[in-house]
Amino acid sequence: MEAPVVLSAEFLRERLLQGLEAEHVEVEDTTPGRCATSFKVLVVSPRFQGKPLLQRHRLVNEVLAEELKHIHAFEQRTLTPEQWAKEQEGK
Amino acid sequence: MNGSLCRLRAALWRSAASRPLLFTPRYLSQGGAAGDGAGGAGPSEEEVGRLVRAHPVVVFMKGTPAQPQCGFSNAVVQILRLHGVTDYHSYDVLQDHNLRQGIKNYSNWPTIPQVFLNGEFVGGCDILLQMHQSGDLVEELKKLGIRSALLDSEKDHGKK
Repeated sequence: MEAPVVLSAEFLRERLLQGLEAEHVEVEDTTPGRCATSFKVLVVSPRFQGKPLLQRHRLVNEVLAEELKHIHAFEQRTLTPEQWAKEQEGK
Repeated sequence: MNGSLCRLRAALWRSAASRPLLFTPRYLSQGGAAGDGAGGAGPSEEEVGRLVRAHPVVVFMKGTPAQPQCGFSNAVVQILRLHGVTDYHSYDVLQDHNLRQGIKNYSNWPTIPQVFLNGEFVGGCDILLQMHQSGDLVEELKKLGIRSALLDSEKDHGKK
């Protein structure tokens, strides 16, 4: 058995920032009562450029491969810097 | 997006009435040591490959379409239902630990639910939801010869 892993939003954020050269990362702990570990992430990275959604999500999954084994529910949004900027403008 | 997920679920609940539901086929190691069999022999890639191609639309989920056991699985069911897709194969991974791990290995995807169209992995709840929002899902269904029910209701909503 592996050692217990303690995950935090901040830890995941660091991993994503480094692993994906991300410009912007938001990680929210969405753990409700019934699940132990749930997270929702928003990743803005130039590495998503030209990649379809599935591939972008796979990149995120790869970076968090170890962590995901311990995460129960995981939501993600993956945007390029351009998409992110556009979204910010719209706000 | 949790909020939107909840809204989606609420909004879709009405259409979730009593449609004829698919069967959940029996598969793989019946009565096998499903226990906590983390190290147990899972289904072979070939076996899983047969499952994902068993129908043009295949969903691996927690629970059944009639009784999803997880909000994300429920969201997938509701999105499909919104498009009028009620004829599909679903597999309840809670009934088979080996399948639960086997499908993750097969698609190299860490979470459930998982949606396959024509045997091809398209994604989980997030991706299906975004495909729904972008209109891509309508196109993907069209490739399968399935006309999304949304096309027929669009006029009423004046959707973009």
